[in-house]
Amino acid sequence: MDYVWAFVIGGLLCLPAQILIDKTKLTPARILVSYVVAGVILGAVGVYEPFVEFAGCGAATPLTGFGYLIARGVKEAVTEKGLLGALTGGLSETAAGITAALVFGLIAAIFFRGKTKN
Amino acid sequence: MHTDSENYKKYVNARAKKSPLAKDCLRAFLVGGAICTGAQGLLALYKGWGMEKDDAAALVSVTLVFLTALLTGIGVFDNIAKFAGAGTLVPITGFANAVSAPAIDTKGEGFVLGVGAKIFSIAGPVILYGITAGTLYGVIYWIINTFF
Repeated sequence: MDYVWAFVIGGLLCLPAQILIDKTKLTPARILVSYVVAGVILGAVGVYEPFVEFAGCGAATPLTGFGYLIARGVKEAVTEKGLLGALTGGLSETAAGITAALVFGLIAAIFFRGKTKN
Repeated sequence: MHTDSENYKKYVNARAKKSPLAKDCLRAFLVGGAICTGAQGLLALYKGWGMEKDDAAALVSVTLVFLTALLTGIGVFDNIAKFAGAGTLVPITGFANAVSAPAIDTKGEGFVLGVGAKIFSIAGPVILYGITAGTLYGVIYWIINTFF
């Protein structure tokens, strides 16, 4: 059942973005920003946590899950070390994903040729 | 409204013609769902290796990011994304592609102001506003915890 819910919820979470792409002039960058901020808000009000428990990677893999991780990290860090945690929790919880994206992106740029010729 | 069955059939067929939106949504749903199902499979695999849940989840993200950077580099990701639309954009693959694609494409402008700067052209706003929203939440959460 885990896989069924991951598929269904993960697929459904893509639909608002698809509708925005087709029906508005919103750029992918704006859509990604909206998803992350929405994830932070849903995580902050406590809605996203049970959602992840239920849908697993169907809720965690979409960019809203990234926002949820930021909210979760901030909450844990504030509980642990007070106000300073508001500044440290978000990035430390998402460090693996962000760092991987940047480092693999750079490695890809070193090894592969892009569309613009030098 | 009364129409004979021939006309009615024509009427229905004309209306039932798939709009691009319906087709796009179906593709996004299928590909987005497939990516998340694959992620679920990876999570089970990593947990099976004895990793803790949160570590396994982080490694799933790293794996998807790696695969995206590779597929972007060899030029395959663009074709999948053209088919899938939001199906590849919304999962973390969209974020990873938004990092690696401009990095690869701006190599000609140099590694500092080309790759180094442009790698953040979409990741920058995503991180900036995500982190800012998180910080705001942290401050509110701290105030509530401390004073109420």
